[in-house]
Amino acid sequence: MVHTLFNHHAVDEVSSFRGLYVKAYRVMLLARILDDKFASLYRMGRIHGGVFLGRGQEALSVSIGLALRKGDVFAPLIRDQAGRLAFGEPVLDAVRTYLGSALGPMRARDGNVHRGRPKEGYLVMISHLGAMISVVNGALFANRLKGIKGTVGAACIGDGGTSTGAFHEAVNQAAVEKLPLVLIVADNHYAYSTPTERQFACASLLDKVAGYGIEGKAVDGTDLAACLEVTGEAVARARDGAGPQMVVARLLRLCGHGEHDDASYVDPALKASPLGRDCLKVAEAHLLQSAWADRATLAAWRNDAAQHVEESVAKVQREPGPDPYKEDWCALASKHLSEGHEPVENP
Amino acid sequence: MSITYLDAIREAQARALADDPRVFIYGQDVGSFGGAFKATKNLAQAFPGRVIDAPISEDAMLGLAVGAAIQGMRPIIEIQFADFSTPGFNQIVNQAATLHWRTRVPCPITVRLPCGGTSGGGPFHSQSLEAIYAHYPGLVVMTPATVEDAYSMLLEAVAIDDPVIFCEHKYLYYHLKAERLPSEAMPTGKARIARAGRDMTLVTYSAMVHEALVVAEELAFEGTEIEVVDLRSVKPLDTDTVIASVARTGRLLCVGEAFPWGGVTAEVIARVATEGFGLLDAPPLRLNAKDTPVPYHPSLWAAHRPTARSIAAAARRLLRS
Repeated sequence: MVHTLFNHHAVDEVSSFRGLYVKAYRVMLLARILDDKFASLYRMGRIHGGVFLGRGQEALSVSIGLALRKGDVFAPLIRDQAGRLAFGEPVLDAVRTYLGSALGPMRARDGNVHRGRPKEGYLVMISHLGAMISVVNGALFANRLKGIKGTVGAACIGDGGTSTGAFHEAVNQAAVEKLPLVLIVADNHYAYSTPTERQFACASLLDKVAGYGIEGKAVDGTDLAACLEVTGEAVARARDGAGPQMVVARLLRLCGHGEHDDASYVDPALKASPLGRDCLKVAEAHLLQSAWADRATLAAWRNDAAQHVEESVAKVQREPGPDPYKEDWCALASKHLSEGHEPVENP
Repeated sequence: MSITYLDAIREAQARALADDPRVFIYGQDVGSFGGAFKATKNLAQAFPGRVIDAPISEDAMLGLAVGAAIQGMRPIIEIQFADFSTPGFNQIVNQAATLHWRTRVPCPITVRLPCGGTSGGGPFHSQSLEAIYAHYPGLVVMTPATVEDAYSMLLEAVAIDDPVIFCEHKYLYYHLKAERLPSEAMPTGKARIARAGRDMTLVTYSAMVHEALVVAEELAFEGTEIEVVDLRSVKPLDTDTVIASVARTGRLLCVGEAFPWGGVTAEVIARVATEGFGLLDAPPLRLNAKDTPVPYHPSLWAAHRPTARSIAAAARRLLRS
């Protein structure tokens, strides 16, 4: 996988950065098209439960996903479709989980954004997102005990999540243990409907972790190049043994909390500000301006992504849903210790 | 040689660390200090780097255990007092307990909860929390009452591929002694007939087993034979052994040290009433602590929880009905 290669000499640097940028853009585009498809399926009543989009957060998300490699640990947040794809999630995993296919990684036991492949370092979030950070710590701690070197773990959270006690316990724990944790904070200005001034009183979210002895850096979350650089550097520092790192990206959520939410509470002045720029369009403009891609190429990439999404959805729509009669209704791995291990009477 | 319940817990951990490189212990003061109750005494020295002090962060401690388990480790988390597991409750019931069911990745963590009342412990160092953990799917809840079970069940807890809440009773730490560590053990999920009897079944677990045995001894002088059933684990709960006992005696008294609303005693009685109602010659009875926080003063504490005296009174009442 491609990583930050800023230490190489100038020519290589430009060409490799161009490659990284193009790759990142294409993943962002795929994530956006996939998200749009989920929104459409939701409006058609084809999705049970919520749909949570990453619109406006793809630049940050893809950057962390691309900075990680095999053996690393990734705990995404609900708006990280781009990061998930960049980390290696197959589109089918996402579609199967949203559409409740029995063939998905969660077997329809859990849905939407609650999906992953823990054995491949891709953790499955619980809804109490602050609680995921210490789980990443645990995976890194285990790697240290096992003598595995050079891995990092990324935990993604929003501005709201930094208010939880679990966030603070876990950040302090990572600092005490000097773990290679990279905290990616999407400061998207609203936690559901609550604006940041009702969420925290410090000037910057970086202030929150400074007290734990953790380095951090702010970045413009609408600027893909800046996101790639800052997250790449944070991951590299953590990998080199510099201890926990934090990146705070300022951006705006360009959708509701979920698709059930019209986001009417979002301040129009914020939307009109540079913060309200769509990172995908900014990246597109940069590609054209740098002559890294022309309009025909962009259109071809878009077609490829759309076709990939449509084929995946069409395939999953023909797949079976879960069968309550075939469920084992057993929460334990040790089946012999399970209670209520009976045939279904009222599915 | 004499081995206490606490020694057994320490020896089981020493053996788990020695036998399995995936095992490590993480908790407050567990390192060179050896733990608030000395349950990890000398283990940090014997197993360098594997018995690790944690910050006072139960949520993060338990989250770390889950993450380590995902990577194939078998962590033992010492919570200093069961009462302090509540700041980490979310990690246990939502993270650890749901992991395997959702992802097929097992979560073999052992959470040691020093539980139950001791004289002077007060509201926040005395709680028995087995029922709230047993309520959640995806957890195994052990409540050993003997030195032998403390040892063998803790080893089994570490070996089980699921999160285990290991409720070790602080009152038994020093009070209970055995001659030697056991070489064989009953499997988890099987209750033990601690004393056989034909007149009444007394179902209990953890420290209350010993109060119940005192009562059985006392009532034997009056010509009444009480059968004492030690549940050993409250989840899974060995309904078969309980019902088989009630089938022999026709009477059921269920005793627990936990708060009275719901809980293990209510669960046992509900199961017997629904699955074995016809076996009962009298309405079943239950005895728990009072519905207040656990009091500090010894004289209040002794009246708050069931004791041999209050259990004997309940048993006599049940025998008359």
